Order: sequence, then C-alpha cells, then structure tokens
Amino acid sequence: MKRQRFRLPSGGRIDRGDARAFSFNGRRYYGFSGDTLASALLANGVHFVGRSFKYHRPRGVLGSGAEEPNALVQLGAGARTDPNMRATTTELFDGLRAASQNCWPTLRFDIGGINDRLSGLLPAGFYYKTFMQPARLWKLYEKFIRRAAGLGRAPTERDPDRYDQQYAHCDVLVVGAGPAGLAAALAAGRTGARVFVVDEQAEFGGTMLAESGRHIRIRDTSPDAWREDTIAALEDMSDVTVLPRTTAFGYYTHNFIGMLERLTDHLPRAEAGNQARQRLWKLRAKEVVLATGSIERPLVFAENDRPGILLAGAAREFVNRYAVAPGTRAVVFTNNDSAYAAALDMAAAGVAVEAVIDLRTEVEGDLPRLAREAGIPVLQGYAVVATSGRHRVTGVTVMRLNDAGDGVSGTARKLRCDCVAVSGGWNPAVHLFSQSRGKLNFQSEMNIFVPGESVQAARSAGACNGSFSLAECLKEGADAGLAAARVAGFEGADAATLAAIEPADGPQRSLWRVPSERKDARMFVDFQNDVTTKDLDLAVREGYRSIEHVKRYTTTGMGTDQGKTGNVNALAIVAGSLGAEIPAVGVTTFRAPYTPVTFGAIAGRHVGGLFDPVRGTPMHEWHVQCGAKFEDVGQWKRAWYYPREGETMRQAVDREVRAARESVGILDYSTLGKIDIRGPDAAAFLNRVYTNAWTKLGVGRCRYGLMLRDDGMVMDDGVTLRLGENHFLMTTTTGNAASVLSWLEEWLQTEWPELQVYCTSVTEQYATISICGPNARALLGAVAPEMRLGGDVFPHMSMQEGMVAGVAARVLRVSFTGEIGFEINVPARHGRAVWDALIEAGAPHGITSYGTEAMHVLRAEKGFVIAGQESDGTVTPIDLGMDWIVNWTKGDFIGRRSLNRSDTAREDRKQLVGLFTADPQTVLDEGSQIVERVSEAPPMDMIGHVTSSYYSPNLGRSIALAMIRSGRGRLGETLYAPMPDGPIEVTVTSPVFFDPEGTRLNG
Amino acid sequence: MLRIPCPWCGERDVGEFHCGGEAHIARPSGADTIDDDAWAEYLFMRQNPKGSHHERWSHAHGCRRWFHVVRDTDSDQVLAVYLMNEAPPDLPGRSS
Repeated sequence: MKRQRFRLPSGGRIDRGDARAFSFNGRRYYGFSGDTLASALLANGVHFVGRSFKYHRPRGVLGSGAEEPNALVQLGAGARTDPNMRATTTELFDGLRAASQNCWPTLRFDIGGINDRLSGLLPAGFYYKTFMQPARLWKLYEKFIRRAAGLGRAPTERDPDRYDQQYAHCDVLVVGAGPAGLAAALAAGRTGARVFVVDEQAEFGGTMLAESGRHIRIRDTSPDAWREDTIAALEDMSDVTVLPRTTAFGYYTHNFIGMLERLTDHLPRAEAGNQARQRLWKLRAKEVVLATGSIERPLVFAENDRPGILLAGAAREFVNRYAVAPGTRAVVFTNNDSAYAAALDMAAAGVAVEAVIDLRTEVEGDLPRLAREAGIPVLQGYAVVATSGRHRVTGVTVMRLNDAGDGVSGTARKLRCDCVAVSGGWNPAVHLFSQSRGKLNFQSEMNIFVPGESVQAARSAGACNGSFSLAECLKEGADAGLAAARVAGFEGADAATLAAIEPADGPQRSLWRVPSERKDARMFVDFQNDVTTKDLDLAVREGYRSIEHVKRYTTTGMGTDQGKTGNVNALAIVAGSLGAEIPAVGVTTFRAPYTPVTFGAIAGRHVGGLFDPVRGTPMHEWHVQCGAKFEDVGQWKRAWYYPREGETMRQAVDREVRAARESVGILDYSTLGKIDIRGPDAAAFLNRVYTNAWTKLGVGRCRYGLMLRDDGMVMDDGVTLRLGENHFLMTTTTGNAASVLSWLEEWLQTEWPELQVYCTSVTEQYATISICGPNARALLGAVAPEMRLGGDVFPHMSMQEGMVAGVAARVLRVSFTGEIGFEINVPARHGRAVWDALIEAGAPHGITSYGTEAMHVLRAEKGFVIAGQESDGTVTPIDLGMDWIVNWTKGDFIGRRSLNRSDTAREDRKQLVGLFTADPQTVLDEGSQIVERVSEAPPMDMIGHVTSSYYSPNLGRSIALAMIRSGRGRLGETLYAPMPDGPIEVTVTSPVFFDPEGTRLNG
Repeated sequence: MLRIPCPWCGERDVGEFHCGGEAHIARPSGADTIDDDAWAEYLFMRQNPKGSHHERWSHAHGCRRWFHVVRDTDSDQVLAVYLMNEAPPDLPGRSS
C-alpha cells in the first residue's frame, strides 16, 4: 500500500483498517474510511487541487467544510459525474474518481493561466466594458467567454439515478448537530415533541469533531463522551428523527424547510445498489432551532491564495479529526486566539510551527499562554506582507505593523514554511436565519453579524448566534430546544446547565486589509471568483455605493460558495473605502440554497413518463394502431395526422383534408371541454358570460358563443346546447376546459352569488366523435337508422337524442369545417365501440380519419378562428371581425363596457385578414412578422403577424390568417413577411377562403 | 410555501389554492354610463401595498370555494380569513 506521507501515526476519527483507493487527475492514491477527499489528498501531500475561476491561479484546500471556495472538483465520469463538488465535504469511498476543473491541458500546465499575467487587463466589470459594443458581436464573444469561464462540466447523458422526495411535519426542527444543536435536540426530545435533528455531515458533533479534547471538558468527561451519550439518547427517542448527511438548504415561508439528504453519494457504485441517490425533504416545522455554527474568515493579505494557505480551524480539523499534517513547517497568522489552538494541535502532531504572527500588540488569552509555554514563537504586532511559492507556498515575509495598523515598517523577515494557517475571526452562519427574513444586527465588538429578531418561528443558538464558547453553546442550545418544544405545545422541566471547562478567549483585532509594502500585491477576498481588494476599490471609485451593486459588479460572493468565507471581508473593505461603518453599508441577502442542490433531487420522481400526467381519449388505442402522430394539447395526446406508408406529413394532411370535403372524415373530438350547467338562472348566467343572447334559445338547439374577459379580450369560444329549460351543456376549447370552469365558478361565487347555477365538468364522461363531409349524413343514417336526419327535421345547430350503433347518443348537427357535420356524444365507455362501428360503416365511402392538423386546415379555409391562435389576450371580437356575435341590446355581459374603451374602439387596431403569398406554393411561417416596407436590416415597422398558415389542397395554394393593423381597410394591398432568406410578398384578402356563402353547410 | 386556512377544509398548503388578487373591488353597475377612467380604475388599478392586503383566494384543489384572506404581503402572515359574503374584520393596529 502506498504510503500517505502526511498521515499522522496515530489519532483521528479515521479507520486505519479500512483503506480506500481513489484517483485524482488520473493518479492513484489511498486514504481511509472517515476521510474526505480533501483530507485524503492532503494526507498524500496534494495541496494544489484546482485553478481559480478567472485568473486560473493555482489553488489549494482553504477550508474543511461547506465553506470551501477553492477545492472544487469534478467527481465521477460519464452519466454519473458532478461538477463543482467540494473536496472538503466529499466523503472518500473506494474507487472515487476526481479531477481538477478549469484547467487545460493539465492542472500543472494550464493554458488559461495566461489570464493571471493579463490580470491588469481583466479588472472588475471588464465584461461590461469590453464586450458590450457592438451589440451584434456579443454572440461571438459569448461563445468564447462561456467556454473560458465556467468551472466543471455538466453531464451530457441522462441521469441514471433515482431521487426521492418526502414531505414531513415536526414540532421542532434542529438544524446542525454541533454542541448547541445536540443540546437543543436533547432538550426538545425529552419533552416528547416530534423532533428532527439534521446535520450536513456524516457524523454528528460539528466543531467538536475537530477538537483535540486536551483543553476542554464537559461535566467531568471528554467532549466526545458527551457527544456519544447524547447521540445515543436521541436515537433512543422514538419521536426524534436523526438525519445525518442532510443539509437544510432553504428556509421558506411559514417554516417550510428544504433539506437534501445524501443517501448513496458516499458509497461505491456497487454498494449503492438500487437505492435512491438523494432525498429531498420538504419539512414543515412548528418551531425551528438554528444551530448552524460559524464559518472562519480568512485574513486579506498580500498573495494570500497560494496552495498550502488554509484556515486555521481547517488545519486543526485536518490534524485532530483526520490525522493529517497540513504541512511539515507551519506559520500561523491570526488576529484572534482561536488560531493558537491550531498552532498547539499542529505542534502536538509534530508539525514544526515556525511562529504565530499575530496582528495584535497585546495577546493575553489562555491559548496564547499555552502556546508560549509550548515554546511556539509568537510575533505580536506583526503581519504577513508577502508569500512565495508557485504550486505550494514556500515561505512568508513578515514585518512589524505600525500602531494604526495601516502600514508596516522595519526589516522584512522571511520565514520558510509549506503551510500557513490563517484566522481572521469567525462569522456566525446566519444564512438560514437570513433566508427566514430575519434581520441581522452588527455586533461591533467582534465585527460579526448576528441574528436580530426572528420573523418566523425560529431561534438561533450557539456560534450562529454569536456565542462561541462551548459553555454558551450548550446552554443556549438546551434553552432554545426546550423553549421551542414549549411553544409547540410540550412541557418539560428546565435542565441543569452543563458545566464546561475551556480556555478563555481574549479580544481580537480586525484589520480588514493587512498592509503590505508592495502596493501592487494582490489580496484575494473572494477566492472562487478571484475578486481582489483592487476590484472592490475600483468599484467604489467608479461610483458604486450599494453593497448589492458592488457584489454584482465585482461578482463577489456570486460563486457556488456564495462567498461564505469572503463576504464579510468584502463588506468591511467596501465600508472602509467609503468611509462608512460596516452596518451602514448593509449586508447582501443570503439566498437558498445554502449549498448547491442537484436538479435530480428537485425533480424527484417527476421525470420521463411521470413528468406530467398524460390524458388519452377512449379511442386513443385506435389512433395508436393506425399509426397516428400525436400532438400535445395541454396534457391530452391528440391525433395530429395519420400518415400512411411512405406519406409525408403534407401528403397525409392533404389527403385527410380532401376526404373531409369530398366524402366523409371522422375526428376524435373527445378532448373538447364539456361543462354541465344547471339551475333556474342558467340562461341568465350564460347571457352574462357570452357576448350573444341565450334566453330565447330553444330546448334541443345549440348556439356558438364567444366569451370575453372583462377587459373585452377574447378568452374562449364554443358551442353550447340547451338540454332543458334550466339545463345547458357548454363546450370549451380543449386547452381551456379547466380555466373556463374556474372562470364560471369565480363569477358565480364572487360577483353574482344570487344566481342559482351549478357547473360540473363532464369532459371525461363523454366520448365525442365528429363526422363531416358530403357523405356524413349517409354514414350516420347507416348506424342510426331510427334517427331522422333530413335537413328539415335536423337542421344545422340542433340536437337529437337517439341510438347510434346501439348506444344511446346525443347527436349535434354542428360544423367546424363548413361541411355538413355531426358530433356524436356517447358515454365515454362506449366511445371506442361507436367509433369502430362508424369506421366499418364508412368503408364504402372511403371514410378517412383526420387529425388536428387537417382540422386546422379545414377551419382556416373557412376563416374560423381558434381562441388562443388568432387571439392572444389582446384581441377583441371586433378585431376578429365578429361584430355579429356581440349583442348590444341584451344588457350587461362580461367585457361589454370594455369594447367601448378608447383603446379598444380604435380604428387602427390589428384586425383579422387573410393573406395570399405571391407564390401559391409558399407557406408562411406562423408567427411571421408583416411589414409594409422592407428595409435591408431590422428594425422594420411591424404592422402585424401571421396567426395561422397552411397549404390548402382544396384551393390548391397556401393560405394564411393574420392580424394586421387596420387590416380590413387593406384588402388587395401588397405587404411583406421579411425572412432570413429574403422578404415574402403577400396580398391581403378576406379571411374566408372557401365557400364564403356557406352553401355546403346547409345542403 | 404558505399555509392557507381554508374556512371549510382547514389549513392546507398554498399549492392547493389559487390567488385571485385584490378583494373588494366593486364591479361598476350601469357600466354604460360610467366614463373610461372609472372603468379603467375598476379593470386595472390595484393597491399593491406592502403590508396588510385583502385578497380573494379559491381552494382550487380542494372544495373549490372562494373566500377572503387578509395577508401581510411583507411577512406573508395570514392575518384573517372570512367568507365571500362577510365584511372585512377589524384588525387592530392595521390599515387596509
């Protein structure tokens, strides 16, 4: 087995008996169970793991958890590859494959590294300044920029994994299982409340997992013993749900929490088996306890981004938790006491700690005292002013700080090292609190943002509340857990405070930018997006004042890490440049998700065939057997056309259209929306929702109606049948069936509650078969011998009930094609039988099934509009030339007043016309823009657009419907449809192309 | 993801509901006699307040009944729920 050069001989929470092989950039390494990819890489001496986003600078592991901005890798391969995965939160498993991102051809030799030399040319906002003009070149630039930018690569294959989603409710949700979270969960759990306790890590304990345990005690035991006892107690409680590897990523309205549980990401493929990969929890919590801890902030100093420079807390975690030495010679650079623990722990692990460089002139806490006693040199009032090393830090230069902290003086001392552990203090992880819309308060003593008053039912405890000591975490956690359970309706006694022994911290000194004698040295603030102090200064010089604008201009905090390490530093630096206090500059809004969430988890099982329900008619299988092509209309699958062997779509549609005009065509019309309307006021109600009059319609007769919104715009249309004095059957367009029903109910319940009318959707209760053509009557006669079908007894727009193919049917004589047509409605379960009978009986007539495409051609030949095709929510009946259907004398109806508004009454509105192309074989594209005069290039003055366009086999030429400004006054005019291949000349005509007198209908 | 207390079905997830916008907008009767401005006021003008807002909601995937909700548009707190034929309740310290 390959030696892990930086693995400590003992200690850590890893299982040395369980070695795991993995590959990084094609090289094979070994780590142990319990490692993260980051700790395993460091154990093998690999610090340089990636290239930065903009300058392609070599970067190493900075943190040890979710805050990591640098060590982002591409995991896996093929369909199972994930970009931008943090090495610090990726659990090591046998066979793990990882690769660096944003480098080509290799990590060490990277062409994009040229950007680093050109950095003077790539300041903040260079995008906006360089690539905006001329506009047409942007498309060219964008292609290259997109390729040059970006970090990892998304998989191109279909995701083979399954993802679960689960809804849950609880009394108390505890987010975070560090000392505060564990104490909170225990206190809440003891009351009997239903508790969820979740933590993003595999193991509960939070920062306690990074403790050496040498300097702290809880009660009389080690912190780890307390941790284990507490977890065991929680697992024993039947109403407590313990979820490790679960990130609460979003805090939404009314205590709705989104959580991502990683089920198999830590397992080799073979062990994952058929389990879902991840589970998205949608949790509704009565009360939430946030115990999300804190995130260390780096110091902003010259050349602070070299591999080997990492956060002090992370260094400590690598030593204590993973038994990995972050280097052989370390320098610690800090402004507070906590980094001394890293110095002590590294020293205890055999790392040579060259010195602690402390920005403070007075250093008096317990930990610095212990460090001095351990013989670690401490340079007080000193600063790191430069670093060296290309792929790994090789040394630092330190100088004495002046009193103000804004300059350095004296001799520069060089210290050799291969690791620099940095601490600029700790930021409470207030992300979820901020997402819950709670306001943050600035606490100037420690220069941190802490939760203010809660807006939702949430409370914060421990480090995320600005309380960093173990004793405070334990007490606040227990108090918050108990209080939350009590508010949720449970009772419990106050628990005794847990005694904790720990070192006391001294004050810290905040120097937001550590001075350097080199004015051109780069100081990185946002590592992932390569934002330096210079970029922030530039933004301020160019006049940006709001932190939200500075953020967008410089891209600070806009990486996948959302600036977890850099944001507060950036804020303070901008405040400094503006001469303002930090709270006056404000804080940018934290947004969900806290860490990235896979699309797979968000989609859950709603993929492929389960993406959306599919609705088929009772005759669906017949269409499938006849080789129909389908089109989606809402959720319906509708037969589009039925190509025969060797037919193109055009040939099939032409054949179907001709058959309907020359003999008989049959159409499955079952998708039509059908609403049963009853009640003593039903006729009066229809009078108000349709533009025409309904009270005098005879029983057994039907009428076409047009429905407007109250702003006068066409909403829907259809034929409505009167079945009785107080009983109607309304039809709607296929796509609007549900919205029309809602529309009717809304008016009945909100505006006209005095009307006694009841509406019921019966769309799915009936199969509707439409037959039309010169032989339609003969066909119907063959299957309905008892019905009297003569034009005198069964005129257009009337209804008969009778037996059709042995099934009780309601037959309407209506037409959407201009031919004699019948609509046969039977109970859905008989639909297929009646259809089959018609097909059989129609054989002598050469009955032809036609689909929606032929239906569209047939109605367009007649100039019949389709709501939603000719109309688009900005079209009145007058615009459509349908004045004939507006009854001005019957009284008020929805939309009536609006038809007289000055805007809707304008003469120069777009109006429905027909268009003939100069070349009868040219079929216009639907949506084409129409102009009077063609210019060489856009923009051109657009006067309308094509709404429907087909080839009409009955006319032997193309036809189109269009909405054209003042169109009715333009008959005979020549207009143009400008297209990429040149303008198409068109002539304005009447929108009724075929049988304008309607002689065929009444035959 | 709000929770909306339907007066008939109880508290349900917002996904079951449809929001119909501002409530208590009187549709002018005798529309022929009112001028364009007054009609436009009815059609288009809405308060869009930050704070307490009287709205119409329907339990679209439940009982399909319309009812009134007073919602704080800033905090999303539901301040009151009342039936279609009821007058808005007095909410102390808030103006509508």
